[in-house]
Amino acid sequence: MKVAISATGDTVESSVDSRFGRCSFFAIFDTDTHNVKFITNTAAESSQGAGPAAVQLLAGNQVQQVVSGEFGMKVKPLLEQLSIKMLNLQNGQHTILDVLKQFK
Amino acid sequence: MELAVISGKGGTGKSSVSAAFASLHERIVLADCDVDAANLFLLFNPVNDEEMVFVSGHKAVIDREKCTDCGHCVSYCRFDAIDVRNDEVWINEIACDGCELCARVCPEEAIAMVPEADSRMYSGSFRKGKMVYGRLAPGEENSGRLVDLVRKQAKEIAKKENIATILLDGPPGIGCPVLSTITGVDHVVIVTEPTLSGLHDLKRAVELTHNYDIPTSVIINKYDLNEAIALQIKAYCSFEGLMVVAMLPFDRRVVEAMVHCKSIVEYAPDSEVSKLLQSACKKITHGWAVGCV
Amino acid sequence: MNNKKPGFTIAVASGKGGTGKTFISTNLFNTLQKYSYKVTLVDCDAEEPNARQFTGGKKVSTKLVTQLVPVIDESKCVYCGKCFEYCTYNAIFFVKEARMIRVLDDLCHGCGACTVACEPYGAIHEKEDELGTVNHYEITPGVTVVEARTKVGVHSSVKVVKEAIRSAYDADVVVLDSPPGTSCPFIQTVASADFVVLVTEPTPFGMSDLKQSVETLRHMGKPCGVIVNRAGLGTNEVYDYLSSEQLPLLMNIPFDRSIARIYSEGNLLTEQDDGWQMQFNLMYNLITERYGISCNKW
Ligand code: SF4
Ligand code: SF4
Repeated sequence: MKVAISATGDTVESSVDSRFGRCSFFAIFDTDTHNVKFITNTAAESSQGAGPAAVQLLAGNQVQQVVSGEFGMKVKPLLEQLSIKMLNLQNGQHTILDVLKQFK
Repeated sequence: MELAVISGKGGTGKSSVSAAFASLHERIVLADCDVDAANLFLLFNPVNDEEMVFVSGHKAVIDREKCTDCGHCVSYCRFDAIDVRNDEVWINEIACDGCELCARVCPEEAIAMVPEADSRMYSGSFRKGKMVYGRLAPGEENSGRLVDLVRKQAKEIAKKENIATILLDGPPGIGCPVLSTITGVDHVVIVTEPTLSGLHDLKRAVELTHNYDIPTSVIINKYDLNEAIALQIKAYCSFEGLMVVAMLPFDRRVVEAMVHCKSIVEYAPDSEVSKLLQSACKKITHGWAVGCV
Repeated sequence: MNNKKPGFTIAVASGKGGTGKTFISTNLFNTLQKYSYKVTLVDCDAEEPNARQFTGGKKVSTKLVTQLVPVIDESKCVYCGKCFEYCTYNAIFFVKEARMIRVLDDLCHGCGACTVACEPYGAIHEKEDELGTVNHYEITPGVTVVEARTKVGVHSSVKVVKEAIRSAYDADVVVLDSPPGTSCPFIQTVASADFVVLVTEPTPFGMSDLKQSVETLRHMGKPCGVIVNRAGLGTNEVYDYLSSEQLPLLMNIPFDRSIARIYSEGNLLTEQDDGWQMQFNLMYNLITERYGISCNKW
């Protein structure tokens, strides 16, 4: 299964970005192969509707679970419809590595 | 920690409060999120070390060489932005929404979408630390996204410089740029004034912060201009469980401070307003790693 | 649409909020009414209209302002994604792999691009979606307040504002209470004015915003004049600026606790003070004498 985590940078030391749609990168972790890859969140640059656009990006990458600080009202129903699970991480002080350890 | 100062509407003295709070910290990152009318840089006169172009959107522009004035695009535009004048096709840049449809349907490919790039984001240093601010060019849109950028930059600087507190001076109103300013902050201070419309706007701002579950406190500025309404506001706040952290009297020195490019705390540290603001700031940042001095 | 020409149109604007823009526009409106003009006040601050707190009036009509948004008929959709590609506002949500397509009404600007994109398949038709309302209030026959009010969460108030201004054709004089700032809705509002009254405060903040507004209006070729509100609180720099830029000082309103109190309680200064009423009328005469005739030629 693939898990996406919103990230402020493109290394595992970067912290979790509390914003979903406008985060800089997504860390995509494959729980089967333990592979991590970082993709640029192209949606962040959109003038509006960054959230839904980010959902499309993740869906296109076969992501089945997302970890982020908050999911907006526009985003939630779309993720639900696509059966992508949301994990809400309050407080963005964790690093990507901290989160990855939870899945290993 | 991120602290945002907002007001339901302009003119309540929000920026003066932000300026005072900034002066009350040892070191701070000050982010002016009122990108439509940034003004704290006027007080603190930062030395900028970075200027970034902000592309707020796109507008359609006709290439006169290629355009045959066939008028095919005119009926497609839903924003009444394309006109035929003296048999020539014109795009009204004020009305253009940037949807790109005309460019897509033009048989001559004579229409291009050009970026609107007159808005800027600046960051630099001032006497109390670091400062970031955005300036949206007249007529340009997407202030919310510029606020996002300002906040992002402020966070990065705070991390790099190891500064504990970020102070956000928010835009007036309750629209999209205000939402961008307050999402995810640790505390919001709403500055209001004792007028009926002030109370009305305060209620709307409170609704917003409640929706997002953000701890909120209130400052009633110039309360003595109408004490009856000030009391009404206070009653409303206690009913809503909001802490009124200061009731500031009207004082000409607040404006004089601004004229001298200072915050009230710098200009008249012994004034009642300064003392009240200091205690308000302490109440708010109480329990934070680094609070007010 | 009617072809009646609108009356002389004055927009009251300010670079930043809270300088007393609504105070000026409502008092100007009240004064003109007292001097028997057929006058309409249009509250163009559509996100937070509040002029009516001062003027009152009985509601006579409400008009819905709408835009056309797409509706996708999934039985005809082939999931080609062309509409998604055409939409520059992220208003079409499309995941090809999941065969999922949605219109996000909140994000849609009603540009119609997706409908054009789908012409070969005909899977898209359009429905009307509310952007806001234009409300008419009557004070006495011929004296009206028009209020533009955007629905919460709508991306832009421009269309509602335009519609409100357009519906104020029946008056001799139209006063527009402009949205604050120099953003799009402001530009749309002043674009339809013959003259713009800028309200400022004599502080560095006020000055900085005033300069930006003046530059914008010059760029648009709109004549303007300035009212200094809360004079005496601040500096004299603003007067030097006005004379160096040859901008007319239309009125100087001193800071006065009693004026602040009248406003704070939702009342009108010109209702309680005949001297001020006369001053507002003098200002109006000055504006029309200098700018009225040349504008009416068009
Ligand atoms: S363009 Fe038409 S057919 Fe193609 S995905 Fe959009 S709605 Fe479906
Ligand atoms: S009408 Fe325009 S903005 Fe709305 S969904 Fe279609 S392409 Fe997007």
